[in-house]
Amino acid sequence: MALIDKHVILERSPTLLLAFSLSVVTIGGIVEIAPLFWLENTIEEVEGMRPYSPLELAGRDIYIREGCYVCHSQMIRPMRDEVERYGHYSLAAESMYDHPFQWGSKRTGPDLARVGGRYSDDWHLVHLIDPQSVVPESIMPSYAFLMDASLDGDRIGDLMSTHRFVGVPYSDEQIDNAYQDFRVQADPDADWDDMLERYPNAVIGNFDGQDELTEMDALIAYLQMMGTLVDFSTFVPDDSR
Amino acid sequence: MDEPRVDELTGRPTMGHEFDGIEELNTPMPRWWLWTFYLTIIWGIGYTIAFPAWPMISGATAGLLGHSTRGEVSADIAAHEASNAALVAELNAADLATFDPLTDLHRYAVARGSSVFRAQCSQCHGAGAAGAVGYPNLLDNDWLWGGTLEDIAHSVRHGIRNETDFDARYSVMPAFGDILEPADIEKLVDFVPTLADADWDSAGGDLFTENCAACHGDQGLGDSSLGAPNLADAIWLYGSDHDSLTATISNARFGVMPAWGQRLNEEDVRAVSAYVHSLGGGE
Repeated sequence: MALIDKHVILERSPTLLLAFSLSVVTIGGIVEIAPLFWLENTIEEVEGMRPYSPLELAGRDIYIREGCYVCHSQMIRPMRDEVERYGHYSLAAESMYDHPFQWGSKRTGPDLARVGGRYSDDWHLVHLIDPQSVVPESIMPSYAFLMDASLDGDRIGDLMSTHRFVGVPYSDEQIDNAYQDFRVQADPDADWDDMLERYPNAVIGNFDGQDELTEMDALIAYLQMMGTLVDFSTFVPDDSR
Repeated sequence: MDEPRVDELTGRPTMGHEFDGIEELNTPMPRWWLWTFYLTIIWGIGYTIAFPAWPMISGATAGLLGHSTRGEVSADIAAHEASNAALVAELNAADLATFDPLTDLHRYAVARGSSVFRAQCSQCHGAGAAGAVGYPNLLDNDWLWGGTLEDIAHSVRHGIRNETDFDARYSVMPAFGDILEPADIEKLVDFVPTLADADWDSAGGDLFTENCAACHGDQGLGDSSLGAPNLADAIWLYGSDHDSLTATISNARFGVMPAWGQRLNEEDVRAVSAYVHSLGGGE
């Protein structure tokens, strides 16, 4: 019996066929995926990337909960038209603290990878409450209810510990001060110097204009940070990637 | 397993099994299919040699063709810039104060500026530049900070009331809610919309002259060098109804615009300024 005819043995036993197809898929998967975890050039080193501040992290959770990724991607592809419209193409390092990443592939709305600082806090507020008031042709739904959902931040430290568990390098100091940092980022009158030292370039402000800290504050804090962290003045692209 | 029987009708051997008198012919796969399969394997090996593929110790093989998406996009951008280089150099050297709208260069600037506007400006000022509440209409000739091409370019380059550019346009209207009595604010709210045909002997007129005229002018015609809007026209950035005016006078308004000079290159700043200037209201 030639080697190729031995296939008959697999074909005649569903269990064996299942076991062997699984092993083939596993080998293929390991070859494709495993190197990404240890190749040095998967995530290049860039200056400025830091884990999310507590308020940004809460905003990110709201972003995920509301399904923003269903219509907005966070991935500027290396093509001229995208680079001209959205800015520098996205780097792997920019989503290295994302669990899960929000790259997406559906663009009903524009890409948001570099939306930070592009509009004022007020614009975001008005736009989230009533998108059509600033962009009449928009089909985005209203997220005005975020104004009424207050956030107490009681469990923000736990959330950060969970992220540390899956590999985000939060320091003990950052986790110990989580609650405080969470509050001061949405309060321009508070003492946020330490917060800013722990999370450079975080945007501080009472984003929703209400005394209370709401989901709106968190979401806008997250949006205003997006894509602004990497210092592109020190970034040298390696064309071999 | 029995030796397979040869089917008489087709001359093919059978698979050797039989169920209720039904047998399966052992027909080989079509040649063309098999050869296509082998070719894809050969193609696959060739592809991984020519293009980046195999993971090694610290990086992946680069591939013989030296392909890279990053290299491709920078080459693409460079080629595009090279094809525009002559016009861009001319545009950057042009004197905005005397920019002749009848030249090809101006047409190029407006076309370039229109795409910059759509990508960068339309979210606030609207796709058709008609603005929204709090975001000025750029089609009319009512300019907060001046409507000459140079004024517009300054506003675009440095932005308005942002914290990132030292030369940003800056003005602060006091929050008169902390200065005037509610009754006086009420009088101003009634008076201001009538400025075009005002009764200057009224209480509102006195209040206006005392509190507002320093920036908005004796007749409320505004002063673009101070960023003080003309209050005597029918154009209202934040609305002219009773509640909007009360809020504006009591809390003041501080519209913000980013310093686009920090985000766009010089030619795009000039192009988008020329575009906005050409929309109809340019002075």
